Amino acid sequence: MSSNNHLDYLDELEAEAIHILREVAGQFEKPALLFSGGKDSITLVRLAEKAFRPGKFPFPLVHIDTGHNFVETIEYRDKMIDRIGEKLIVGHVQDSIDEGKVVEQTGKNASRNALQTVTLLDTIAKHKFDACIGGARRDEEKARAKERIFSVRDEFGQWDPKRQRPELWNLYNGKIHKGENVRVFPISNWTELDVWNYIRRENIELPTIYFAHKRDTIVRNGQLMAASPFLNMDDEDVITNRTVRFRTVGDMTCTAAVQSEAFEIDDIINEISESKISERGARMDDKVSEAAMEDRKKGGYF
Amino acid sequence: MDILKFITAGSVDDGKSTLIGRLLYDSGAILADQLEALHSSNRKNDDGSIDLAILTDGLKAEREQGITIDVAYKYFNTDKRKFIIADAPGHIQYTRNMVTGASNSNLAIILIDARKGVIEQTVRHTFLVSLLGLPQIVVAINKMDMVGYSEEIYNNIVADYQALAQKLDLKNAVKFIPISALKGDNIVHESTNLPWYKGESLLHFLENVEIAVDNKTEHARLPVQWVIRPQTDELHDYRGYAGRVLSGSFHVNDKVTVLPSGFTSTISKIEQLGVEPTEAKTGMSVTIHLEDEIDISRGDILVNSRQQPQVAKMIEADLCWMDTRALDADHTYFIQHNSKLTRCKISEVLYKININNLEKVYDEEFKLNDIGRIVIKTADELAFDPYHENKANGGAIIIDSRTNVTVGALMLRSAVD
Repeated sequence: MSSNNHLDYLDELEAEAIHILREVAGQFEKPALLFSGGKDSITLVRLAEKAFRPGKFPFPLVHIDTGHNFVETIEYRDKMIDRIGEKLIVGHVQDSIDEGKVVEQTGKNASRNALQTVTLLDTIAKHKFDACIGGARRDEEKARAKERIFSVRDEFGQWDPKRQRPELWNLYNGKIHKGENVRVFPISNWTELDVWNYIRRENIELPTIYFAHKRDTIVRNGQLMAASPFLNMDDEDVITNRTVRFRTVGDMTCTAAVQSEAFEIDDIINEISESKISERGARMDDKVSEAAMEDRKKGGYF
Repeated sequence: MDILKFITAGSVDDGKSTLIGRLLYDSGAILADQLEALHSSNRKNDDGSIDLAILTDGLKAEREQGITIDVAYKYFNTDKRKFIIADAPGHIQYTRNMVTGASNSNLAIILIDARKGVIEQTVRHTFLVSLLGLPQIVVAINKMDMVGYSEEIYNNIVADYQALAQKLDLKNAVKFIPISALKGDNIVHESTNLPWYKGESLLHFLENVEIAVDNKTEHARLPVQWVIRPQTDELHDYRGYAGRVLSGSFHVNDKVTVLPSGFTSTISKIEQLGVEPTEAKTGMSVTIHLEDEIDISRGDILVNSRQQPQVAKMIEADLCWMDTRALDADHTYFIQHNSKLTRCKISEVLYKININNLEKVYDEEFKLNDIGRIVIKTADELAFDPYHENKANGGAIIIDSRTNVTVGALMLRSAVD
């Protein structure tokens, strides 16, 4: 077989992800797909369609709702659920606050981002999910770079980098004890650019906030934040209307915008190809310390 | 554009981290905010240049202990290829990690320190790469700047390595490249410091090397992962077998055998969301339809009826043990071979290999990082191909039923009567 018989890189990444999704279906009793409304989880939904249609997905979608979402994300989510006809379970951070399980942060940098881990773990426990599929990629960050595709979490949701199972060939060991669960990352081997190229190839619709638009913003800790009722603002904050877009979709209080004239997907791909800042560089939650992601993952974060 | 997956074997002392850092840096795979962190770091080389090894720095848990505990995956691409690097620590106690990284790679870069030449570690790395069946080896002779870019030293190391390859009966293709990861000689750009070297740079080689495949990959294999049965009114009789083609290719109208049951049928349709290709090629995830309604479930494998694999319950295999608890011959483990999961016992240890001098050892106890040949007995039949002929259908893992941890890697060889 000559090299021109090898699959194109996007076909190979797609085939690998579909294989992983089908392993989840085959190995677990009660899996779920964690859906954030971001481009990576939207890509997972497309991959799940390729893996299981014309059948139903063998898992529901789970959205952990901080209550501080971009309106566009929720609109997109509900429209998509209508289109694909799959079940959606929403875990509300507000419920965790009301139940006294977490306390709302105060101060200028208050965010619900950290609180959602508790809501996520509660949702997993309530529905007895044994596998949660997520859209994390290894190119995002160095703690992710060492994480398995099938990543076992103990009953407290903790990731222990020192006790990871060897993952050989295309064999994924999903055996777990009662109370444990597995986080599964089918697009581990994709880069940000791979995801965008796939979205373009598959003509996948995205929430509009990924594309350049006019928005009221403020500068906070050197980054552009969307002015919103969820952000604690004071007289020092100057609201300016700018043309921006978002490179990730998270909670409004921790997702920074970038100034951009990328109105179409081709513009975005050009912009990323020449990019001067990595994707997670636009996430304030990673800025806290160098080991921020590693610590959050050990605590049960996505 | 296709994907090349490679593993880098070597220790920090050989300049492995610097090499990877250099590949990422010189190919422009480092973004501004990472670069900023790099420049603001206090760690610098002796000549004041930035220490590229920082780019492969590990987890806090690792830095605290001053060790590398795990395989890290790194990504970069050029106009020609997407590259996935499995960065495995090279110390002796990490055989497990190297085996893991090598299992998913098409090519291995074995680093040799030009000042040290072929050493015990080189033997170990070459043996593991050969055992795991990687088709292509690049021997990167590093730190050429520390030996005055000497052609003679380079030639001596090449000769030593060729002698080792002969002793090992190495089947892998081998390419030698003199480099200095620190100075950037021959990594991305060809070097004026090595005028006697007429070959290409490392990256140029990686971009252009033909990704070789296994000998018998024309033998069509598809393990069934999941059966799609919508059971709706309009799709009442729909029954699709979902899986990924391990090797070879399947076509509509091909006669196929379902193993281990042995039922045969004919492919009536191949599906991929919305399209119906007439061929399912190696690596594709597809849904297969058969003309006959037969009992097929997860764990069964579809094969081309003219290309049968071995089917057995007693199998000779090479084993790499990966757990701190030694192999227990009385214990019943699980074996996972593609989508098939069944119980197993290690019925016999034939020998172990001392991977530093490649001598056989007849000592029954199989401990962490031990490698050797065994006979495994499985509860259900496995339909497999010898690993050295078809990696995709010859690899399996052993799972400890007490801890659920993956404790062994198996390279299946042949059925035992």
